[in-house]
Amino acid sequence: MNNAKNSPNDHSPTFKLGRRWHDMGGDTAGPITMEQLADTNHDFSLWEKRVDALMIIGSAKGFFTVDGLRRVLEDLGEDAFETMTYYERWIMAVNQNLIEGGAYTTADLAAKMSQVAARGDTYGDAAAPV
Amino acid sequence: MQKVRVKPLMPPGHVRTPAYLRGKIGIIERSLGTFPNPEALAYGVAASDLPLHRVRFTMSDVWEGNAENPNDTLDAEIYEHWLEPVDAT
Repeated sequence: MNNAKNSPNDHSPTFKLGRRWHDMGGDTAGPITMEQLADTNHDFSLWEKRVDALMIIGSAKGFFTVDGLRRVLEDLGEDAFETMTYYERWIMAVNQNLIEGGAYTTADLAAKMSQVAARGDTYGDAAAPV
Repeated sequence: MQKVRVKPLMPPGHVRTPAYLRGKIGIIERSLGTFPNPEALAYGVAASDLPLHRVRFTMSDVWEGNAENPNDTLDAEIYEHWLEPVDAT
């Protein structure tokens, strides 16, 4: 019986609450087309590398664990998987864990974001002499 | 080998037990030692060390009549608090 309790076809509210969107093992799925395969030539932009560095530093300093990052990624919900890029989701997870871990406050973050935005829209603007 | 059932629990929140294995019966293939509880680590609270087991299921255990190869096996690493013993009948 495939519509039994705890099968992927169980659509009861309890099951949907307990089975978070990332927990997709057992779902039906079609073939993967060549277009869907990862582009191995993809180069990372500077901000993406910085997100990665921030994750490593925050983890090394004990502000969070991989489990804390996973929890926030799961909390973002299925829509985030469709609408945000990989590192956009990562920075959401790293930021929330850093705030929860006491690295800085939301107010600190707001002040810093205003400061950075004032430098200009591009890295070129930011580097230009005032 | 110890036969176990994965508890059919559905708490909201971060857990590492795949939903499609909950309620399924397998055997403990080996015990892997203890590791800090990821369900606590995920929320930044004190995590106690919990035993982790590698549990082996047959495809027929997991998918019943829908299994294409019923005797193929699948191993999953599951924390002890998600397992309950199944007595041999």
